[in-house]
Amino acid sequence: MSIEDADHGGEPGVKIVAASDSSLLVVFGNVMSPGLQSCVLGLFHALQARQDGRICNLHPGYASLLIDFDPLAATHDEIAQVVEQLASAEGSSAASNTGVVIIPVCYDAEFGPDLADVAAHCQLSVEEVVRLHSSANYCVCFLGFTAGFAYLGGLPGALQAPRLASPRRLVASGSVGIAGSQTGIYPTDTPGGWRLIGRTPLRMFDPKAQPPTRLQAGDQVRISAIDREMFEQLGRERA
Amino acid sequence: MTVRVLKPGLFTTVQDRGRFGYAHLGISAAGAADALSLRIANLLVGNDENAPVLEMTLLGATLEFRQRAIIAISGAACECQAGLDPALANTAVEVRAGTVLQCGSMVDGARSYLAVQGGFDVPCIMGSASTDIRGRFGGFEGRRLQSGDVLRIGEGGGLQVRRLRAGALELMGLAGPIRVTKGAQQDWFSPVTYAQLLASKYVVSEHSDRAGLRLKGEPVSPREESQLLTDGIPLGAIQVPPDGQPIILFVDQQTTGGYPKIANVIAADMHRVGQLRPRDEVRFIEVSIAAAVEALREQERWLKTILVA
Repeated sequence: MSIEDADHGGEPGVKIVAASDSSLLVVFGNVMSPGLQSCVLGLFHALQARQDGRICNLHPGYASLLIDFDPLAATHDEIAQVVEQLASAEGSSAASNTGVVIIPVCYDAEFGPDLADVAAHCQLSVEEVVRLHSSANYCVCFLGFTAGFAYLGGLPGALQAPRLASPRRLVASGSVGIAGSQTGIYPTDTPGGWRLIGRTPLRMFDPKAQPPTRLQAGDQVRISAIDREMFEQLGRERA
Repeated sequence: MTVRVLKPGLFTTVQDRGRFGYAHLGISAAGAADALSLRIANLLVGNDENAPVLEMTLLGATLEFRQRAIIAISGAACECQAGLDPALANTAVEVRAGTVLQCGSMVDGARSYLAVQGGFDVPCIMGSASTDIRGRFGGFEGRRLQSGDVLRIGEGGGLQVRRLRAGALELMGLAGPIRVTKGAQQDWFSPVTYAQLLASKYVVSEHSDRAGLRLKGEPVSPREESQLLTDGIPLGAIQVPPDGQPIILFVDQQTTGGYPKIANVIAADMHRVGQLRPRDEVRFIEVSIAAAVEALREQERWLKTILVA
């Protein structure tokens, strides 16, 4: 029972914590950084590749990986040993995704009800916000919150804007939002508190597709700004 | 074989034990809020433990059976009226073609589970029949049941019904404080605050659902206004938003979140969380991880003893 509250790291600064009787949280740090993110995704991909039947779910975060497992099939120490083995195997199996996914986004005022507020907050013109947002290189840090919601890293610092004080009851699927230093795309109609600046006509989540989400953790993402006409056309093609 | 929904009740969905292996895509496990009762209902009608059932919440559904069927209801007792034996709860019973089963209000818990021999026949999506309400998939058309829905029943020929041993459920362990282990960020809270969580009585708020149970009571705020980076959330995590009122994250929970987690309900008590009603009082007691796992083993051993051989 050495795991509770204990440092267990194969690597300096890595902490393995029992988050519950059925899970282990591997903490690489408490800041957003590409380095920590690649540690998280390296371990995530290595664990996925093992197809260990004792592990039920993996939840990557910005700087940590939560591992849910069956406590009737494995102990915390046994799962921690697997993590340490993989960490010491020098990320050889970090089968990182290197695909670049292009997401068309329409920044029409109707789709981006907070675009003007974001521009005002950032002391930029609307055109400048659109130009900056659609020319950055993004990386999918992880998916969370709701089915298919990708947290994109790489938002230009000039575009950071706080969440809405009170969330919207309904955000349309495909909406592109900003919250702090994060940007993301709502895959389904859902309540949400991110500031909305545009919308993609692409379906981001399809439970019957394989894989069901358009974006995967580790993907590189670029946004291509499209006009309303193209948005409608792509929307029709999707339907 | 089909069942027609005459009245859906308050919130009725198709569930099994849940959808695992997709948390990294933001997809929560969903599944029965009281998985123990789901398993018992299925065992009684002779199904696989994991067969799809109806989970009914606070007010049950009214269902018309088009053909003869074998059913069992477990979990919260509801005031069923079907011209059937009053001992309908936790017993496999045969309903004739044309029977209207009216499951009324639940009297001693929040959720009842209706299993039918052969299981409810819904598509298996990502390995599970469970309804994902926010993702709008799984279960019956990805949503809660509505009047007029017609559900198909799977092939149940040859399955053998089972009976519960007398008094078997008295040992189900529904009483006493809910057992927790320390949460991933328990050290973000002062010892005094953590002791407060364990010493206080909380009330389940009306704004609770399968995604989370909001509790009202003694606030438990972290030592300082520290910002947690979004990380993964285990089932049953007790997270604390800035107002200090704890939330138990539950089966439909978001897979990641940014609030510190002070404690975590143990797996063996998760079914009890699924039976909490709005305005119920809750207390917590801390146990070690070893004790939590032993409680789960004991529960599994108990489950194997409840049926008459």
